[in-house]
Amino acid sequence: MVKDPRWRWALAVGAAVYLALALGTLDVNWARVADGLERGARFIGGFLAPDFTTRWRDISQGLTESLTMTVTSTVAGVLISIPIGVGAARNLAPPAVYYVCRAIIALSRSLQEIIVAILLVAMFGFGPFAGFLTLTFATIGFLSKLLAEDIETIDEAQAEAIRATGASWLQLVTWGVMPQVMPRLVGLSLYRVDINFRESAVIGIVGAGGIGATLNTAIDRYEYDSAGAILLIIIGIVMAAEYASSHIRRWVQ
Amino acid sequence: MLSVENLVKTYRTGDKALNAVSFTAPKGQVVGLIGPSGAGKSTLIRCVNRLVEPTSGKVRLGDLDVTALPRGALRRARRRIGMIFQEYALIERLTVMENVLSGRLGYTSFWRSWLRRFPPADIENAFRLLDRVGLTEHADKRADALSGGQRQRVGIARALAQEPELLLVDEPTASLDPKTSRQIMRLIVEICDERGLPAIINIHDVALAQQFVARIIGLRAGAVVFDGPPDALDAAALTRIYGEEDWTAMRKAAEADREAERDEAERLAGLA
Repeated sequence: MVKDPRWRWALAVGAAVYLALALGTLDVNWARVADGLERGARFIGGFLAPDFTTRWRDISQGLTESLTMTVTSTVAGVLISIPIGVGAARNLAPPAVYYVCRAIIALSRSLQEIIVAILLVAMFGFGPFAGFLTLTFATIGFLSKLLAEDIETIDEAQAEAIRATGASWLQLVTWGVMPQVMPRLVGLSLYRVDINFRESAVIGIVGAGGIGATLNTAIDRYEYDSAGAILLIIIGIVMAAEYASSHIRRWVQ
Repeated sequence: MLSVENLVKTYRTGDKALNAVSFTAPKGQVVGLIGPSGAGKSTLIRCVNRLVEPTSGKVRLGDLDVTALPRGALRRARRRIGMIFQEYALIERLTVMENVLSGRLGYTSFWRSWLRRFPPADIENAFRLLDRVGLTEHADKRADALSGGQRQRVGIARALAQEPELLLVDEPTASLDPKTSRQIMRLIVEICDERGLPAIINIHDVALAQQFVARIIGLRAGAVVFDGPPDALDAAALTRIYGEEDWTAMRKAAEADREAERDEAERLAGLA
């Protein structure tokens, strides 16, 4: 790119000098790093020797909360997403409805789960109800947007044929559009189940209940062996959800 | 009976797709609509059931002025107009039976159609129609499991399920091979005969149109430039519709085609 070799050298040396100066501004406290390394080693040690039993009551309660949150928020989210997704599809909705639905989607997508969770925990108090609301809210943004995009790319000829029979608008949606978008809607909903489970662990850390709250408590108490057990369980459940959803998706095709 | 009076369609881009088109199709008459791509054939048949909203002019179905109807009444009018499409336009993921029954949507309440609880008379009629188009044993198959010719037959059965008073047919053979095209055209014409149904068939294959329809309307740049029996469609008329071209070669090919078909029919008759 740079033709003149002198320029090339100058640029390379310049970049190296900048890097050296930038590294020089980092204020590393090596004593603290040594401390941290030891703590990290304990954490990894706990991870390698997970303790499922000591805190099992807390873990199982957190898990139940998380799974309940996941399922209820996904179901509620999907049910609310369908009308909003239909309303946000340019080929089905009148302009006024379209803009309102797009605004709802934009709002839901622009707020990160953790921020929503902090807000809702402040409004509804600690616990899984705030978590349920957070995940439902996040599901609406995700699913409505993708559903609307799928509806906008359907084969219009099929919808036109249904309109030509004298069908009503609702019949047009359920006969001309729904069969075309159903496989993708099912696939996305299943995908959302495992996103919601993972997110339930994250938002638990800011007080929205579930396995995340249990994990946070375990780490606060320096019980890295229990924390390791919790992480392993989360990984296991996400993997199981992954396998199950790919099977169901193949079956719906 | 269908009558179209001074129909004009100007698209928002300013393109004039139809320019004062008028014609009448009496009961039982099958009209072939020919013309180059972009002549407005597709727009014309879609203006009849107002899938495309005409700019001005009138469409009358019997005594009913279709162009003046408000939304609800338009839906009821559409039930009386069956439509058959170029790429079949079946609901691919539903069964053949559901596709035929979708022709009854205009007569069925939302909840009944959602729960697939069509009246028994509709279902019996749907079986009769499937039998008529020769697909009885495919009733429970998914539409996307059928061949092109079979799908078009489902499309025909769906249009007939509406108990229509008029058929609008948009390029029914455009995606079919020559033999299947003839079978489909023959089926459509036979059915119109049986039921005394008028039909407007958009078709780009002139020879096929001449072979099957009773009357041909030639459209060029949104205006009617030919209207008469298929025999009157000579080289001069074709030039008026499509522009200058050597039409004798196409003639000969079409005649050879027809002869081959006659021979085939005789051979089959001989076998029987």
